[in-house]
Amino acid sequence: MAQTVFAPWDDPQAKPLIQFKNVTKRFGDFTAIENLTQDIYEREFFALLGPSGCGKTTLMRMLAGFENTSEGQILIAGQDMANVPPNKRAVNMMFQSYALFPHLSIWENIAFGLKREGKPKDQIAARVDEMLRLTRLEKFAMRKPHQISGGQRQRVALARSLAKAPKLLLLDEPLGALDKKLRQDTQFELMDIQEKTGTTFVIVTHDQEEAMTVSSRVAVMDEGQIIQVATPAQIYEAPNSVYVADFIGDVNIIDGVATPEGDAYHIAWAEGQAPFTAKTATRFSEGQRCYLAIRPEKVGISADRPADMANAVQGQIIDIAYLGNISTYHVKLANGQMMKAQTANTRRLSRRSFTWEDRVWLSWTDTAAVVLEN
Amino acid sequence: MRRFILIAVPFIWLMALFLVPFAIVLKISLSDIALSIPPYTPQLDLTEGWAGIKAFFAELDFENYVFLTQDQLYWKAYVSSLQIALISTILTLLVGYPIAYGMAQAPDEWRATLLLLVILPFWTSFLIRVYSWMGILSNEGFLNQFLLWTGLISTPLVILNTNTAVYIGIVYTYLPFMILPIYAALEKMDGSLLEAAEDLGCSRLTAFWLVTIPLSKSGIIAGCFLVFIPALGEFVIPSLLGGSDTLMIGKVLWEEFFSNRDWPVASAVAVILLLILIIPIVLFQRNEQKQREMDQ
Repeated sequence: MAQTVFAPWDDPQAKPLIQFKNVTKRFGDFTAIENLTQDIYEREFFALLGPSGCGKTTLMRMLAGFENTSEGQILIAGQDMANVPPNKRAVNMMFQSYALFPHLSIWENIAFGLKREGKPKDQIAARVDEMLRLTRLEKFAMRKPHQISGGQRQRVALARSLAKAPKLLLLDEPLGALDKKLRQDTQFELMDIQEKTGTTFVIVTHDQEEAMTVSSRVAVMDEGQIIQVATPAQIYEAPNSVYVADFIGDVNIIDGVATPEGDAYHIAWAEGQAPFTAKTATRFSEGQRCYLAIRPEKVGISADRPADMANAVQGQIIDIAYLGNISTYHVKLANGQMMKAQTANTRRLSRRSFTWEDRVWLSWTDTAAVVLEN
Repeated sequence: MRRFILIAVPFIWLMALFLVPFAIVLKISLSDIALSIPPYTPQLDLTEGWAGIKAFFAELDFENYVFLTQDQLYWKAYVSSLQIALISTILTLLVGYPIAYGMAQAPDEWRATLLLLVILPFWTSFLIRVYSWMGILSNEGFLNQFLLWTGLISTPLVILNTNTAVYIGIVYTYLPFMILPIYAALEKMDGSLLEAAEDLGCSRLTAFWLVTIPLSKSGIIAGCFLVFIPALGEFVIPSLLGGSDTLMIGKVLWEEFFSNRDWPVASAVAVILLLILIIPIVLFQRNEQKQREMDQ
């Protein structure tokens, strides 16, 4: 049975849940968000990714209603959100610090939002118990926040923000305070809960691995603007700029000049060296400056020149980073440029083929690299 | 052994400066008034040995405490003191909370200055400050002059030598004791808690009521006790600002001691006052302890 791919952003009929229309936000002289337009669809798990100070948190706080836009409009479910205070929005937020009320028990924390709606007591109790089950916190219901662990607090914060069944849940660096192992478990838990509840999630993070794992689409931000929005695979395989390529994962960037050659381009990158060949859908003119972005895992490493590879270049191993399952070789090319090549350690460490100072060939196919304009 | 010495230092301190004086006061309260120096009997005479000590204890009795129950003045003074202390504590809270709240909301660079302003009055003598209130509140004082000048009143208000003046004096004097603990509690509150409350459907006002007030509760309790406890035994403010009908136990105690030179009755009054104060002091300690446990 063919599975329908979840991709409302490709469907022109789909109505977005959230619409940013030319949104600008200024704090005094500082422009946090500049003329940003973006749609987010229902049931999406949308990640805002970027370095600190790129405006991702401001964007989220505008959705929650803690900040107003300086210019432009934000629409949620078609309704203009200007002048709608946070307590009147069908949006809930999970805070980075969790912001659990220290004077209330876990149960009362989760019930807090429901009580404000003035629902009958038995309905509130039923909903709180449901949330406790969802986040596996039944045992801790009567404890105070300072009596439970960090991971449990994080789940309480999630349960509390989900209790009112919001249309949109905002997560501000939700896993920042957890250690790596717990974070990975929680990421899958988050995806699971998102699927179960069908809520639209917008997550802010500076951890690219986290963004890639959980989200349906990732928006890479820099200096108040969205640089690229795409699925994690597209972002990784087809970044639209050096900034995105460099921000997501590890990458080799080679600066060169393009010359069209049949259906591909020849890229001159250093004097006295054979040009690299790369196929790309982007058009480049003769002699245009370009950047070749190649992921280390797509670069092969061998002792002799491979015959069937479109690109091959010789260099010397300067450094080896051993990560257990993989090793990254730092190879210095003839013009002094450093290049990284990654291989899986399928053999025992003692039988590794290469060592420091070895002269090796790096090679990759003509489709492995992405050619970028800027 | 080292631990024993560590504990012994504060222990001896308390013994010498609290327990011993208290024992002396207790002893005087069980003695009889006499025309001598000091003005009470019996006096302990150790030269007569065991018989002297026995005779000494035989002469002690609870006569003065019985006397306190017979004269209406004393229990009325206690009740009136409790009442004045309670009302002025509530007034101080009402004035102090908004000030502490404003300080906690102020920008970081202002807070140190504001804190200094709260403590600043302590740099002047307490007595001088109370005297200056007499200048402000008297019939020809600044307040009446100002109100007459604005035309709000046509005849001067009688404030000095009434209970109102006592309330003003107590609120003014003890305000820093209320502000500081509340400010300390509010200042360490995480601002995102209020945002979380708003996000979950609270208006600003309900968020204040459901989050800010409960989280500053320990500060409120501490502040109230810090005002209530000294206000109960206060004697300078009622004797300078209060009128002849202002009845406070501190003033009664002072008069027994200095005007009547009846040390035994004055000591009995003091012992009862201390017993009354033990309750709020214990409650205060318990509040502090609970707060420390919460912070851990």
